[in-house]
Amino acid sequence: MRDALALYGRYVAISLRSQLVYRATFMMMTVGHLLVTAIEFFGIWALFSRFGTLGGWSLREVALIYGVADIAFAIADATGRGFNKFDRILKAGDFDRMLLRPRSPVLQLLGYELQLLRIGRLSQGIVVLAWAGSALAWTPATAALLLASILGTTCAFLGLVILQATSAFWTIESLEVWNAFTYGGNYAMQYPMAIYQRWFQRFFTVIIPLALTGYYPARAILGRDAIGAIHVLGPLAGVAFLAVALGVFRIGVRHHASTGT
Amino acid sequence: MMGYAAIIAARFRALLQYRAAALGGLFTQIFFGLVRIMILRAFYAASSHAPISLANVTGYVWLGQATLLLLPWRADEDVAEQIRTGTVVYELTRPLDLWGSWFARSLAWRTAPVFLRMLPMFVIAMVVVPLVAPGWELAPPPSVASFVMWVACFAGAVILSAALTALINVTMMWTIAGDGMPMMIGTLATMFGGLVIPLPLFPDWLKPVLYALPFAGILDLPSRVFTGDIAATQAVLVVADQLAWALVLALVGRWLLARGLRRLVVQGG
Repeated sequence: MRDALALYGRYVAISLRSQLVYRATFMMMTVGHLLVTAIEFFGIWALFSRFGTLGGWSLREVALIYGVADIAFAIADATGRGFNKFDRILKAGDFDRMLLRPRSPVLQLLGYELQLLRIGRLSQGIVVLAWAGSALAWTPATAALLLASILGTTCAFLGLVILQATSAFWTIESLEVWNAFTYGGNYAMQYPMAIYQRWFQRFFTVIIPLALTGYYPARAILGRDAIGAIHVLGPLAGVAFLAVALGVFRIGVRHHASTGT
Repeated sequence: MMGYAAIIAARFRALLQYRAAALGGLFTQIFFGLVRIMILRAFYAASSHAPISLANVTGYVWLGQATLLLLPWRADEDVAEQIRTGTVVYELTRPLDLWGSWFARSLAWRTAPVFLRMLPMFVIAMVVVPLVAPGWELAPPPSVASFVMWVACFAGAVILSAALTALINVTMMWTIAGDGMPMMIGTLATMFGGLVIPLPLFPDWLKPVLYALPFAGILDLPSRVFTGDIAATQAVLVVADQLAWALVLALVGRWLLARGLRRLVVQGG
């Protein structure tokens, strides 16, 4: 385990160094990415300035939910880059090389690239979350719940990215359908689950547990609910989802027949 | 002129190959459309005096989802590659104007994928949705005149979008490695074109700025002509606005390209 972590550290260091070679380009892309996400929150602000409330939720409350969703998605997107590019890796036959090495392919794919660019979305999410959190009375319990919620949501998004990659074993091309659940999931999770239709809520609770990892803990942190079992156990559903996704990925590896390139 | 027509036809044939991607994209676009409508319905529940009716804003979201590929998200990959590798000089040896051929490529790029996704999207939003969820559909235009004017505005949007894409191509002569500039323009076009938040819902003090920008002509104005939010008689002004902006962007693009070519250094080898 320690050995694997050390290797992952090496992978990350190499990836970061290579991304910082073109410093000016990197700065411009990061600022651009920051602008993209900042404009997104500006849109939410614009809707609140017109309508005042969203089904009883205030802008500050939505900001907490938004911040958690964006921080988690940024981390999952940055670390899951290898899985994101998996269809290309598979097509080029590079995955076969990974299988030959005496290390788990999951570790190698995680270390494929740590995308630094996502720091734009990450920092924006942190700023929004900080603004939302500054109005709350924090206790050790709610602070722990916030951390668990971010980690659980990150795991759930990472699970989605891995499932998307796994589908490439059967279809070679990565299917755009999955974007509905990754980018679409991130988009939907930026708002409180309560505003959506029942079937939609059920889907994001039972099938993809993003409501359990993000929305329910947020209710407890905001003081809308007393902390109960669903709030504490909710983030764990994200970990379970990631475990299932990794299991499916292993089935995919066993099914894998090289593209023959 | 024949040369440009050939470019458009060839690009059209190539782009219509991506039918599987279109199907996946369709699913994603329906998903985003539903989420956007759910969010807007929740906001509308609290207020009775919005500057655009719920029915019209619902139609606006579907039209945005149907035609979102008109937005200049990113630069033309092939042109970017040509500029990066320097093969763009071959283009200069052809008896065609470079800006003209980029514009022709963009015209095809902005229409073929849009058609592939727009037609099924219309069927779903106008026929399937009202059966499953009445009140969530894209209602037909209020009059034949509105529909005819929408077709004109759609054509205007394609021209405007192609002019913007050609301009993005030109900016790459300066930024070569980075996708920074295309990304910035793409972001501004997405947000200030009305895809994420319908433009009529932005604060009133910001609206004069939003409607003075070229982006409103791509998604916002044509959609509002379709739903009847802009009267058919006013739609002529929309087309005029689109063509005026297309002309300005074309002139800026040509001027920048001429300057870029003057300082272009071709590496041997």
